[in-house]
Amino acid sequence: MSKLVFLVPLFPLIGFLINGLARKSLSKSLTGIIGSGVILASFVVSLLIFVEVKAEGFHPVVVTLFDFINVGKLNIPFAFQVDQLSSLFLLIITGVGFLIHVYSTSYMHEEAGEHFARYFAYLNLFVFSMLLLVLGANFVILFIGWECVGLCSYLLIGYWFKNIEYGYAARKAFVMNRIGDFGFLIAIFWMISQFGSVTFSDVFSKANTASTAVLTGITLLLFVGATGKSAQIPLYTWLPDAMAGPTPVSALIHAATMVTAGIYMIARSNILYTLAPVSQTVVAVTGLATAILAATIALKQNDIKKVLAYSTVSQLGYMFLGLGVGAYTGAVFHVMTHAFFKALLFLGAGSVIHAIHNEQDIRKMGGLRKYLPITHITFLLGCLAIAGIPPFSGFFSKDEILAAAYEKSPVYYIIGVFGAMLTAFYMFRLYATTFLGKFRGTPEQEHHLHESPAAITFPLIVLAILAVVAGFLGIPPVMSANSHWLEHFLAPVFAESTKLTAVQSTPASTEWLLMIISVVLALGALLYAWNRFSKKPDLSEPTGFGKLLENKWYVDEIYDAIIVKPINAFAKFLNNVVEKSVIDWMVNGVGRMVQYGSRQIRLLQSGQVGSYVLMMVVGIVILFLVQLLKK
Amino acid sequence: MAINYYIFLSITLFCIGVAGVLTRRNAIIIFMCIELMLNAVNLLLVAFSKMHHLAMKASNVNAGIDGQIFVFFIMVVAAAEVSVGLAIIAMLYRNTHSVDVNFLNRLKH
Repeated sequence: MSKLVFLVPLFPLIGFLINGLARKSLSKSLTGIIGSGVILASFVVSLLIFVEVKAEGFHPVVVTLFDFINVGKLNIPFAFQVDQLSSLFLLIITGVGFLIHVYSTSYMHEEAGEHFARYFAYLNLFVFSMLLLVLGANFVILFIGWECVGLCSYLLIGYWFKNIEYGYAARKAFVMNRIGDFGFLIAIFWMISQFGSVTFSDVFSKANTASTAVLTGITLLLFVGATGKSAQIPLYTWLPDAMAGPTPVSALIHAATMVTAGIYMIARSNILYTLAPVSQTVVAVTGLATAILAATIALKQNDIKKVLAYSTVSQLGYMFLGLGVGAYTGAVFHVMTHAFFKALLFLGAGSVIHAIHNEQDIRKMGGLRKYLPITHITFLLGCLAIAGIPPFSGFFSKDEILAAAYEKSPVYYIIGVFGAMLTAFYMFRLYATTFLGKFRGTPEQEHHLHESPAAITFPLIVLAILAVVAGFLGIPPVMSANSHWLEHFLAPVFAESTKLTAVQSTPASTEWLLMIISVVLALGALLYAWNRFSKKPDLSEPTGFGKLLENKWYVDEIYDAIIVKPINAFAKFLNNVVEKSVIDWMVNGVGRMVQYGSRQIRLLQSGQVGSYVLMMVVGIVILFLVQLLKK
Repeated sequence: MAINYYIFLSITLFCIGVAGVLTRRNAIIIFMCIELMLNAVNLLLVAFSKMHHLAMKASNVNAGIDGQIFVFFIMVVAAAEVSVGLAIIAMLYRNTHSVDVNFLNRLKH
């Protein structure tokens, strides 16, 4: 079956072509069926591949479709690699992707037919690109997918392009991603010059032939790419603005799949990072800083989607912390559980927004529990999962990362637990303000409040079940030996790195203690937020420090002042001064010179035949003299 | 027989021709001067060819004969040129009642 892996990205591509080309003639229901059906087909194929990969004694399969670039000694085939890591990502992408497509058929139903089909075409194209990204057997194919998902993200953020603000948000996302991609591209070139190949197996097997300095350079540049795509400091500011897109898009692209591409890429090249400890530290520190920064901002946001966006940035920070401390399995585990619960939370938020007619300000919500029972229950489960309350999935994955962080340095652990506490607090501030208390909207909105249709609630229920049970795939060894299924499954991918890492396991008692500390703190923050915001929601305008947080530490303004403004000023200088007085002067000067010269030469043509003949004779005489003098 | 006489005669004829072309304004006279220059060249060609033939006839009976033939070509071309040139001058006179070449500087406009 893994020989047929090309079918997985092929189906969404076909869906994209049909929906994109025939968007004016297809009916909405047909568009929805095609759009979701192709993803379901991909999911089925992925499932069959997964069954094959799961079997004992499976070896990674590389399926070469054709030669992509073949120049000199460099050969880059268009090849797909099927192994444990990529098959797991295939399942997440097609599975969550399918649910979100189903959800979209209902959520986007008010769009006009042509735009409805455009939406599904973009969404299918996105799934295709993302599958290309995780299936590529070399860095170039990965990079193609990487660029394509960036393009789809741009198209979908600017889906309602008539709103100029949304267009700017899309542009910002694209530019920020391009800054990161620049680093990625240089890393690829460096790899070509160092290893002479970009194929994963070649590069990783030759990794220990390169010096640590070179590996550090390559991995840091790769990490620059990851900070762009996965929204880490300093390139994270595009993700909250990306919430301009439709909510299912935020769930699929900006929470579950695309933003985890950076984690996938680093997990894939884990051996390079293991051999470059400096880069690992940079990754861990950046991840931790992002986790805390985004969590503090999320405390004071009032837009339901903005809170979720910052929480996504924060959770991505945790994943990078996991990668940085060498807990590659933990990071991938968190990618998976996060895909479930964050997609669930976004879709739940979409259901809420749908119910109260495009209101996103949580201060104007409240008391939605009795109007939207299914949304409420599933959202609550999602919140519990992200807050890290056992036995929900977020607890297991976050705890694995935090335990690994403790092994590296207790400081990481303390800051990480503080961030986890903030997470519990802002998530339950969001939950309590939205679903508990009294409804604070207009009576007209209250009259229209209703539970969403089945196409919306079905994905919520499925994702809620996954968000609850997914954690049991990775039960920590202290609870039950040898039942960390995911670690066992992914072991071949990270085998080389595991060999190089010294095993220093913390005593079981310490690990229990760490677990209890993080759970107690999260639970405390949760109960405090629940109590405080269900009774008296935080409606007033914040002052002092709260205002600083609400304005996102003024990071956007700082970037504006130190990067955007100087570049604009420089461009203006080039336009007004260099362009006008240097380049234009040169161009006009050439023209003037030709005109002047021809005016002078014209005087030679007098029309007097005699003067022409004289010139001729003089010329001949000169030629004679030259000939004479030569001898 | 020294070649120098022929060369000096040719140069004299040629210079008279050049001076005539440069200084005179009457088209017919300019024309005659051009003929003078052509004939100076012809004279030189014939003289050189004859000298060459005398020097080389022991080994090659036809030596220098091409110079003589060339002169005939020049005379043919000159005759053709005369017929065209005189026709132009005749037309010029019919239109302007003058054969002054400086009168023709309107061509530059």
